[in-house]
Amino acid sequence: MQSTTSDRDVAPGERSGPPEPVGPPPRRSSGRAWEWSLAGLLLAPNLVLLIVFTYRPLLDNIRLSFTDWNISAPVANPVGFANYVEWFGRDDTRTVLSNTLIFTVATVGISMGLGLALAMLLDQRLRGRNVVRSVVFAPFVISGAAVGVAFQFVFDPSFGLVRDLLTRVGVAVPDFYQRPGWALFMVTFTYIWKTLGYSFVIYLAALQGRRADLDEAAEIDGASPWTHFRRVLLPQLRPTTFFLSITVLLSSVQVFDIINVMTRGGPVGDGTMTLVYQVYRETFVNLRAGYGATVATVMFLILLVVTIVQVRVMDRPQT
Amino acid sequence: MSATTTPVGRVDEAPEQPSRRRRGRGVAHGAEAASHRSPAMTAAGYVAMLLVVLVVAVPLFWIVVTSLKERQDIYVQPAQWLPDPGTTNNYHDVTTRIPFLRYMRNSVIITVVLSVSKIVLGVLSAYALSLLRFPGRGLVFLVVIAALMVPNQITVISNYALVAQLGWRNTFQGIIIPLAGVAFGTFLMRNQFLSLPSEIIEAARLDGAGPLKLLWRVVLPMSWPTLVAFSLITVVNEWNEYLWPFLMSDDERTAPLPVGLTLLQNNDGVTNWGPVMAGTVLAMLPVLVLFLVLQRQMIKGLTAGAVKS
Repeated sequence: MQSTTSDRDVAPGERSGPPEPVGPPPRRSSGRAWEWSLAGLLLAPNLVLLIVFTYRPLLDNIRLSFTDWNISAPVANPVGFANYVEWFGRDDTRTVLSNTLIFTVATVGISMGLGLALAMLLDQRLRGRNVVRSVVFAPFVISGAAVGVAFQFVFDPSFGLVRDLLTRVGVAVPDFYQRPGWALFMVTFTYIWKTLGYSFVIYLAALQGRRADLDEAAEIDGASPWTHFRRVLLPQLRPTTFFLSITVLLSSVQVFDIINVMTRGGPVGDGTMTLVYQVYRETFVNLRAGYGATVATVMFLILLVVTIVQVRVMDRPQT
Repeated sequence: MSATTTPVGRVDEAPEQPSRRRRGRGVAHGAEAASHRSPAMTAAGYVAMLLVVLVVAVPLFWIVVTSLKERQDIYVQPAQWLPDPGTTNNYHDVTTRIPFLRYMRNSVIITVVLSVSKIVLGVLSAYALSLLRFPGRGLVFLVVIAALMVPNQITVISNYALVAQLGWRNTFQGIIIPLAGVAFGTFLMRNQFLSLPSEIIEAARLDGAGPLKLLWRVVLPMSWPTLVAFSLITVVNEWNEYLWPFLMSDDERTAPLPVGLTLLQNNDGVTNWGPVMAGTVLAMLPVLVLFLVLQRQMIKGLTAGAVKS
């Protein structure tokens, strides 16, 4: 079994003489066997857990999507592509997809855009900068459920913080819990509030680790700030942007806690229903695990395609 | 996809040090020309700082104030921005009337057991994948890393069925074991172990250190900062874990705090916001304190790669 190795993969401490295919160095064979079995021993528990609780259910989920299982029955009857046909034909599919898209695109765009702007503004000697960094990052470590409960009251249409602020400036308060559009705005805002610090801190670290000479060169060339930003700064931040776009996207598509706490997918049935929430609702509330598994499979495929596209678009080597 | 692009260089408490480059460059979105460390740029920086602190801190302040108000004061219009007089009744309420302390205890149990097992498994796997040689190493590594790409939501249905079949609903092992596999931590620690200078490892081997002694005496002591960062992320993530415990536990026997909060909130249809806000504050405090004390290490860990939350 050849393992794919880069030269980083050669274990330190192995005498690399001439480049050789992977294989243990000449040692006593008992030592080699001992090393192999030790590796097996160290890796086995983790591998078993990953196989049983990640890969097995991934495949099982695809199998279940072709059945009419109800989560508790001992048997699941195969129904072919019926669930998929139903998914494509159902009225709420469009709403769920557009909610998911709005929530995700807004989160990725705003948290990365604001995060970058903020990082650039704070990438200078300012008093209290580190305090601000801590404050902005703090929400990221709080549990989504706690944030959701807290913001439920912040947005409370009768006694909440938002109502109080809007009333003071004389603006009518939208009912965040009755109007689907406003409800979606509310959960999106809440999630962005929680995630902004992550993008910001990563961009700030990237800015502080970038090369000075390019900045100097741009300055000597008399590049305008905009050109400097477009031609010097953004290309340097490209790996960071790529990394963030993937991680923020993957985590925002998976948001369950905030929606479950704040709106339960409502109002009006599907005002804030996202793919993830639909998987939960169909499987555990409507007891249609087969259909829930179908939505989960579709979601997985969409994520896979989007990630592949992102890698293709962003991960080109820079000249 | 592997997250080979780890964009983070130094994430340190950048004190006001002359760095390798001159600061104060860059353009705000749509801002007009900002010359080198211009007053305009500095002013914009301070304004941005003020704004962002307000947006982040005001809701938190509001929650804390609400938790300290008498019941009737919460529903006064226009709202009072300071509790008058303050009271700790809500905290007393939330910790005595509902099984809040049980939730807290469950959270501690789940977080401790899960974190310890994840840290141990992650370190052992990473060690085998970086410093031991065996056939199929590349493939095993790929299997571990690819697990990062599988969202929790696609695995819950089948895992729920399996765990329910075992009769493990509302048990700690039912919550803990399915979450115990380590992909991200293995990746993080493996990179760390591979970055150690090979001369030192070679020297230890020549001194006759066996694999386990090498791990314990040489590799781990040299990887301390990364290990601390990995441990902190793990603790925070497990403390905040929601979806799986929510599906697994129905009551205070095993439900952790985030799930308990939700149960407490819709106890009686009409939410009594005072105690709920007090509970929320108590749920936020442990991680916030941990963060404030160890933020450098935590930021280093959290920014070192994808965080599955």
